[in-house]
Amino acid sequence: MIKHEELIIIGGGPAGLSAAKSALEADLNVLLIERYVRLGGQLIKQTHKFFGSKNQKAKMRGFNIATLLIDGLKDAPGHLTVLTEATVVGMYDERIVTVWHDATYKKYQADAIIVATGASEKFLAFENNDLPGIYGAGGVQTLMNLNGVLPGTDIIMVGSGNIGLIVAYQLMQAGARVTSVLEAAPRIGGYAVHASKLRRLGVSIKTRTTIKRAIGENKVEACEIVSLDDQWNIIEGTEETINTDAICIAVGLSPMHQLLSMAGAKTSYISELGGLVPCVDENNQTSIDGVFVSGDASGIEEASSAMVEGRFTGLIAAKKLGHVTKGFDKDINECRDQLFNLRRGPCGLKIREGIRKLREVNDHA
Amino acid sequence: MGMRIQNHPILEFTEKKPVRFFYEGKQMVGREGDTIASALHANGINVLSRSVKDNRPRGFYCAIGNCGSCQMRVDGVNNVRTCITELTPNMHIERQRGLADDQT
Ligand SMILES: Cc1cc2nc3c(=O)[nH]c(=O)nc-3n(C[C@H](O)[C@H](O)[C@H](O)COP(=O)(O)OP(=O)(O)OC[C@H]3O[C@@H](n4cnc5c(N)ncnc54)[C@H](O)[C@@H]3O)c2cc1C
Ligand code: FES
Repeated sequence: MIKHEELIIIGGGPAGLSAAKSALEADLNVLLIERYVRLGGQLIKQTHKFFGSKNQKAKMRGFNIATLLIDGLKDAPGHLTVLTEATVVGMYDERIVTVWHDATYKKYQADAIIVATGASEKFLAFENNDLPGIYGAGGVQTLMNLNGVLPGTDIIMVGSGNIGLIVAYQLMQAGARVTSVLEAAPRIGGYAVHASKLRRLGVSIKTRTTIKRAIGENKVEACEIVSLDDQWNIIEGTEETINTDAICIAVGLSPMHQLLSMAGAKTSYISELGGLVPCVDENNQTSIDGVFVSGDASGIEEASSAMVEGRFTGLIAAKKLGHVTKGFDKDINECRDQLFNLRRGPCGLKIREGIRKLREVNDHA
Repeated sequence: MGMRIQNHPILEFTEKKPVRFFYEGKQMVGREGDTIASALHANGINVLSRSVKDNRPRGFYCAIGNCGSCQMRVDGVNNVRTCITELTPNMHIERQRGLADDQT
C-alpha cells in the first residue's frame, strides 16, 4: 500500500529541519524522515562554537543549535510527522519513496520531496585501510560526542581541513592523545585559529606527509607515514613508523546524491561542490518536477548556509503546492541575501565558482 | 571500561544508566544512549565482522549507516547496521560472516 503525503523531507539535519519549519509555517503537512535515532544531523555531534554570522546562530555550540531548530517545529500551524531510525532506501518516478522502518519497508508518494541527506565522508586509499581502528572523522565524533566512548588513546588524524583540526581538538578535550595531524599538501587546510589551538596542546601538524600503510593483525597497532615532494610523490627513505591505536580520516565530504541519481535526476561532477551534485535551478529544484534539494546534499558548504537553503526550499515547495505565505517575497529575498552574504569574500570563492559551473551545465542542457 | 570518556569540559556522560546485553553469549554492560557499536567498542570489541572474500577483520567506519562495515546479527536478525541501532536491554549480538542472505 502506498501512503500519500503532501511534503516529504528526507534527512533531519539543519537543512531538513529548517525546510520543515518554513513548510509547516505555510500550513503544509510534513513527513520528516531521519535515519539516525535523533534529529539534528551533523549538528548534534558538534561541541564547538560555530563560526558564521549571528543570523545563522553563530557562537552557539552545534548541539544547542540542533535543539533550537527542533524546538522551533513545535508551534507551527502545519502538521508534522517525524520518523526516526527510518532510512529512505529508494526513490522512484512520481515522487515515490521506499522507507526501511520498524523492520518493514513502507512506501510513500508525495506531492513534493525535499532531499536534505547531507554528505558522506571521502575515503583514502592506502595499504590495510580496512583494518578495525580506522575511522572517518564523523564516525569518531559520533562515538565520542554522542556515545561518550573514545576511539583509542593514541590517535593519528589524516587531513588538516577544518573538520580534521576540530575533531583532533575535540579528541584531546575528551581525554585522548592526538600524536599527529598529517597533511599531504604543503599548507594546513583549515583556519589558523584551529591549528594554533592544537599546537598549543603539543600536537604536531605534519605537512607534505601522508599515510603509507596501517600495520596490525586484527586491529590497527601502528602506521607508516612518509614525506611527499612538490609533485605529491613519495620521497623514498622518509618512512617512519608511529604507534597508534586509531587512525582518523578527514579528507573531505561528498554530497549524498544517491537517492536523486536513483530517481533519475540529472547530476554533474563539480569538484568545488564536493563531487557529483544534482543539477538544480535557482529554486533548488532538481530536474525532476517537485523534487528539491538543500544543504550539503546539493554541494558541501556549512550549517549556516544549510539552514538558509532549507528555509528557502521549504517556502518554495509550499508555494508549489499552493501554500503561498503572507511574507513570501520578502522571506525569499531575505534568504537570497543571506546566502549571498555567506558566500561572499575569499572563503566563499570555491562555492561561488562551483555554483557558477553548475548553472553553466544547466544552461547548456 | 577504559574507553569511556571520564571528564569532559563541555559534555556530561556520567549519569547514564547501565544496560545489560550479550555478545556471542557473553554478558556485557553498555550504557543508556549507546548504539550497539559504541557499546561493543567500550567493551574492547573492535572486530565486528569479517569480509566475505578474504575473511579480513572489519570494524565500524562511518558510524552513520552509510558504509555497512558494522553489520551484525542482532536478536536473530542479520545485517543490522549496529552503528545506527540503539542498544536495548538484553539484546543478543553476534558476529556474522560478510553479508548474510536476508538483506535488510
Ligand atoms: C567537524 C565538523 C565541524 C563543523 N563545523 C561547522 C561550523 O563551525 N560552522 C558551520 O556552519 N558548519 C560546520 N560544519 C558543517 C555542517 O555541520 C554541515 O554543513 C551541515 O550539518 C549540513 O547540513 P545538512 O542538513 O545538509 O546535512 P546533515 O547535517 O549531514 O544532515 C543530513 C541528515 O540526513 C540523514 N539522512 C541521510 N540519508 C538519509 C536517508 N537515506 N534516509 C533518512 N535520513 C537520511 C542523516 O542521518 C542526517 O541526519 C561542520 C561539520 C563537521 C563535520
Ligand atoms: S559504520 Fe558505516 S554503516 Fe555502520
